[in-house]
Formats: sequence, structure tokens, C-alpha cells
Amino acid sequence: MYSPGVLISLVVIFGGLAWLFVRSIKGREVDRRVIFVFIFLAVAAPILFPITFEEHATAVVKGLYDRIDTLPEGSRILISFDFDPAMAPEVQPMANAISFHCLDRGHKVVFMSLWATGQTLLTGTIQNVILPEFPDLVDGEDYISVGYKAGNEGVLNVIVSDYRKMFPTDVNGVPLDSTEIFKEIGSCADFDLIVALGGGRPGPKEWVLFVGDPVGVPIGVGVAAVVAPQLYPYYPQQIIGILGGVKGAAEYEEQLSGSYDRFSDMEKPGLSMMGPQTLAHVVIMCFIVIGNIAYFRSRKGGKR
Amino acid sequence: MNRSTWIVVAVVVVLFVVSWVVHASSTSGEENNIARAFGVTMAAFLTLAIFSFLYKDNPFYKFAEHLYVGVSAAFWMCQGFWSTIVGNLFPRLSEGVSEFFQVPYQASNWNFAYWTPVILGLMLLMRLSKDFGWMSRWPLALIVGTTAGLNFVRYLRSDFVKQVSATFVPLLGTAKTHPWLGLGNFFSNLDASATGQLVAMMSNWVIFIGVICGIVYFFFSKEHTGIFGRASRVGIWVLMVTFGAGFGYTVMGRISLLVGRITFLFKDWLQIIS
Amino acid sequence: MRQQIPLFITFFVGALLIVSVFIPPFGDMERTFTLWFDIIAVFAFFLGGGNLIRVHVAKLKARKEDWPFSIVTLLGFSVMLAAGLFKINNPGDISSAVDAPGSLFYDIFNSVIIPLGSTMYSLLAFFVASASYRAFRAKNREATLLLIAAFVILLGRTPFGTAVTGWIPDSASILQIPNLAIWIMNSPNLAGQRAIMIGIGLGVISMSLRLILGIERSYLGGDK
Repeated sequence: MYSPGVLISLVVIFGGLAWLFVRSIKGREVDRRVIFVFIFLAVAAPILFPITFEEHATAVVKGLYDRIDTLPEGSRILISFDFDPAMAPEVQPMANAISFHCLDRGHKVVFMSLWATGQTLLTGTIQNVILPEFPDLVDGEDYISVGYKAGNEGVLNVIVSDYRKMFPTDVNGVPLDSTEIFKEIGSCADFDLIVALGGGRPGPKEWVLFVGDPVGVPIGVGVAAVVAPQLYPYYPQQIIGILGGVKGAAEYEEQLSGSYDRFSDMEKPGLSMMGPQTLAHVVIMCFIVIGNIAYFRSRKGGKR
Repeated sequence: MNRSTWIVVAVVVVLFVVSWVVHASSTSGEENNIARAFGVTMAAFLTLAIFSFLYKDNPFYKFAEHLYVGVSAAFWMCQGFWSTIVGNLFPRLSEGVSEFFQVPYQASNWNFAYWTPVILGLMLLMRLSKDFGWMSRWPLALIVGTTAGLNFVRYLRSDFVKQVSATFVPLLGTAKTHPWLGLGNFFSNLDASATGQLVAMMSNWVIFIGVICGIVYFFFSKEHTGIFGRASRVGIWVLMVTFGAGFGYTVMGRISLLVGRITFLFKDWLQIIS
Repeated sequence: MRQQIPLFITFFVGALLIVSVFIPPFGDMERTFTLWFDIIAVFAFFLGGGNLIRVHVAKLKARKEDWPFSIVTLLGFSVMLAAGLFKINNPGDISSAVDAPGSLFYDIFNSVIIPLGSTMYSLLAFFVASASYRAFRAKNREATLLLIAAFVILLGRTPFGTAVTGWIPDSASILQIPNLAIWIMNSPNLAGQRAIMIGIGLGVISMSLRLILGIERSYLGGDK
């Protein structure tokens, strides 16, 4: 069922946890660097000896997936890359999957960013996903990157009613007026869907406050796990779907693989991260349990 | 620096060079392989330098940290300059400058007004001066006024009115999935299914009571005694569940970042996984 | 006057932005002021860069602790600035993106900023694990509730949760950990986050009003 490598690493990790348990019960100090080694092993072992799991998209993820899937071909979608390298391991897989999904459905996609780092990470998505997978698509006609502008929510306040005032050209200096894709786009109100990817500020919350609620454009979000719980109050009235962390990315990738054969042959970093994620979660839960058992034992011993 | 430090530095430099050479030779048929091998080796070296902090603070970590600060600051300056100054300001100030930067000039009778942000921006830079630092208050005032004006309406609409409105949920049945069809229907379909009527109704009760009690907890103008105190207690429990959920997601988020880095080390640098 | 003019600017701009929501003809002026704000934001980046140079040059001159690393900062800053401003190795012309693939700017981003940025935050995974062992104690009812919720989420967000409680029949499927995790997010978490959001929202609204009306003046600093 599992490879020898997987079994050996599980034995090492759980053996180590047993050692930690015994040591903690005896009240002996454990250097925090030992804890660090545990976490490293818990993450590294499933990367070296992959453990894969099946995922099923939950309702919050399906909300965004189904909207992209059911929009008529040629719909206008805005995808905003509002994240930096610190969030990229979680958000980039969903960015790539959503971009693939939109373009494969034949939608017209406008890429932009409210973060300077987002523009460069967006360049990575274009280089690694769009150009290899969609060589026939034309920049300016089927998709376009307008890049980054400084100003945080100030940018949103302008583009909500006049897109060209903020973005007169695309990222390479081509006037938007001369592009096919912007012929019928004057402002954010002309988009059929906006997907905000990120988790910091400015990010999905600002998209809801400054664009989604004022003009009523549906907003879907893909965010770092740390931020995901904070967006649930907006769901489902103000946000149609939430991809939270690498789990959300994995669910989206699984859903996409099931329906799009071409995607199932592509790299799926979200799904491949779930193995290390699972083992690390189990290890951390064991830490909490062991720590609490040791604490209550010492408290009981102290009372005697 | 003492002798052992020099030895460590020498070993690190040797390992860096070895890694670079090995990478370059393993990709010898590809374009720019030497530059790319240097990039991968540099990325791996910097990753390990940051991780070395887990053992203890050391010169490699300090090197990486200081490098990050300098490179990031310049990154944002350059992006800001090309995207917004060249993209939005110059095309409104001068046709000649627009032509030089090959951006379309935006003719308008009001273009002279765009000298205002230039003057205010230069005043902002006066913050670096001890004698003229007071001049930075004007652009700061514009920044504060803009932020306050923008946030006032948006937070009022999205984070107050709409949130309060969304809390008014039916307590018998639900609006869409399980409308209330009477006690008989409720008891005949009673189960603990995740998609069932009982759980849906329970969710609405938790949302309605949870939001009210949570807000009661944050109301510090009245002493938390009696019924008010009990509601506040319920609010604390709801908030504890919220923070527990937040902690769970935080753990997931941080572990993902670690998975990303270790994957880079094993895949792109050491090439021991495909 | 040094306080009066900034206070007037804050009031005028803030009031205009509020009024323009209700009176659309003011919208063009509103967008222009916002665009000015965006342009001034870039000058704030320049201010940050200038301050960085000032601090590290002062550190170098005074030979303060760790002064050699200030050279690293200034060198990194200069190289990246040159790469970006002069678009070194950029395959396109002056109008092409500053971070076009193949440019020195793009390469430095990939080999310096990405590894440093992600690794800095990934250190937190280790500290979260250490905190889980050393600090997370179910000392009282509230802390126990927090831990139980965290456990359900940690298990529910991984396939392990499905494996552990998959045997529970559909008629009680809310007790399956993944479903319980989803319910926690959609109900008590939503309630708590909404209560916090409403509280913060009211705080932002009142602070915005105080700033616009000049009651709050701390951003102006001391009276010099």
C-alpha cells in the first residue's frame, strides 16, 4: 500500500514522538531544536516519499469553480495577483489553476496586481502556465496583463468607475484602447467575475469593500490560510467562493483534474503538498497532547 | 572574526562554488546555464542562511536579512517608478518625456494640476531633513484624508450595514435550503446529517446568537454582570472557537510555506526528487 | 499655520471623498484626488529608500555594531536599483515591463527576494510547533474550547480526518470531522469573525470621522 520509504519515515517520526512523550512524562527538558527537527522530518519525509490523498471540493471552493465553469464562453474575468513570495507557496498553485480554468473555458482574462511583487509572480504564471499550455492565445485579445500600480485601495477607487484612468496601457506600454480585450471594458463594473488572490492588505477584503459591494460584481477569492477565516462573514452574499490555503488549492486542482483531462497531466503542487501537510498537522497535534499531558502530570505532582 | 569563523566561511564559499559548478554542468546543454545555476545556488544558500537562525543567530543569517532589506526596498521603488510615475504621471506632465519613455501622452486642459502630487511628493521627501521635516505634513494630510474618506463609507456599508443585515437569519428553517414546513415535517426529517434541517437551523441559531453575544462581549461601557454578563460569557466561547479555527488555519499556512521551501531545496537545488 | 493647512487638507479631501459617493458629479474630482494619492504613495517608497540609505550610512560612519552588514544592505539596494531603473539585460525596449523574463531585475527577484521572503515566513512553522509543545495548555474551559476547535480544524483540513471518522453513517454525518470542520468555519467562526468585523468597522468609521474633523491630530506629530 505504502512504499518502504513512507513506512520507514512514519516509524521514525512516531518513534520519535514516543520518545518525546516518555521524556516529557518524566519531566525532562526538551531542547526546542529537537522540536524543530521533528517538524522538519514530518515535512521532508512525505516530500521525499510522497503520500497522496484524494480531495473533494467543499461548497466554498465549488462556489468559485462552478461560477467560472458556468459563465458563457468569452466572459470577462479580472484576476488580481495581490500576494508576495511569502504567500506564494499557498496562493500560486490556486492562481495557476484558476488561470488555466478561465482560459480553457474561453474566457477573456485581465491580469493585474495591487502588489509590486504580485506583478512579477504574475509574470511567472504567464511564463509557466499560459504560454506553454495556451500557445495559440493572443496577448491583448484573449488575455492581457496590465501589471501593478501603487496606491493600494486608491487604485481600486479609480478602476471601479474608470479603468483606463489608472491603467492607460498594459504592462508593456501598449495602450489599452488599441487592444481587442478592452473594447467593451470601461470599468470594473464591466467584468463578469473578479478573482482576488492574496491575503494581505490590499487584498480580497479591499476588493469586496471598494469594488464588489459598490458595483455588484461577483467576487471570488483565493487566500493564504491565515486570512481565510476572516473572510467567512462575507460568504456567500459578498464573496461567492473562498479557496483557503493549500487545502483550497488542492480541492480546486482535484475538481479541475476530474473535468479537464489536459489539467490532470499538469503539475499539481497543491495536491502534492497535502501529504506533508497532513503529517505535520498530526505531529503538531501530538505535540499539543504530549505537552498538556506533561503539564497536568506535573501540576498533579506539585499538588501532592 | 576568529579562526573558526573564517574556516566556516571558507567551507561555505567552497560548497557554494561546488554547487554552482555541479548545477551548471548538469544543465550544460541549456541556454544561460551558468547564470541559472548561479541563481539556483544563490537561492539555496540564502534559504539555508535563514534556516540557520533556528540553531542560533549567526553572520550568515544577518547577511541574508540585510540583503533582503536592501533588495526589497529597491524593488518596490523601481516597480513604483515604472508603473505609476512613468505610467500615470509623466504622460500627464510632458509630451516630450512621454515620448522618451514611449508611453502615450494624455492630453487634457487639467494636466497642469498633476504638478500638485509632484510638489506634495517632494515635500514628503523633506521628512528626511531635520529643518524642513514639517513640510511633509501636507502630503501626509492628503494621505490621511484620502484613506479616512475612502474607508468611512466602505467600512460602513460592507463591514457594518451588510454584516448586520446578514445576521438576520430565520431561526425556524432556513431561507433557501430548508424552509419551515411545520413541526411535523421537522420531527419526521430529524437527523444529524451535515446537510439536514437540524444542522442548518442550528447554524442559524449559532450565527444569530454568536454575533450578538460576541458584540456584547466587546461592549466595555457597561459592567458584565447579570444577563449581560452571561451573554458576554457566551460571546467569549464563540470567540474561543473562532480563535481555535484561526490557529488551525495559521498552522496550515505556516506549514505550507515550509513545504514550499523544502520542496525547492530537494527538487530545484539537490535534484533528488522530480 | 503649520497645523491649520494640513488639517484643512485632511478635511477637504476626506469630505470630498465621502460626498462624492452620494453626488456622482464629484466623481471625476474624487478619482483625480485618488490618483494623486497613488502618485504620492510612490514618493513614500522613495522616502523609504532614502531613509534606508541615511540609516545605514550613519551606521557605517559611526562603526556601530554589525556595521559591515550595512554594506551588504547598501550594495544590494544599489544593484537592484540599477537593475530596475536602467532595465539592465531587459529583452524589450524602454516601454517593456521592468520585470520582463531574462532581465537582471527578474533574475534577482527569483534568486534573492523569493527565497528570502518565503523562508523568513516559513521559520514560523518551527516556532508554531515549538509553541504547540511548550505553551498550548488547556488551563481553563475557554482554552480547552479553543484547543478542541483547533484540533477539529487541523484534522478536518487534511484527509486524515476523513479516514478517522469515515465510518460514521450519513444520518449523523455532522460528526464526521471534515463536516464538523466545515460547520465550525461556517457557523461559530463566522459569528465570531463577524462580531470582530463589526467592532473594527465601527472603530474605523469613528476614527475616520475624528481624522476628517480634526479631532484626532496625532499624525501631524509635535507642534514644531
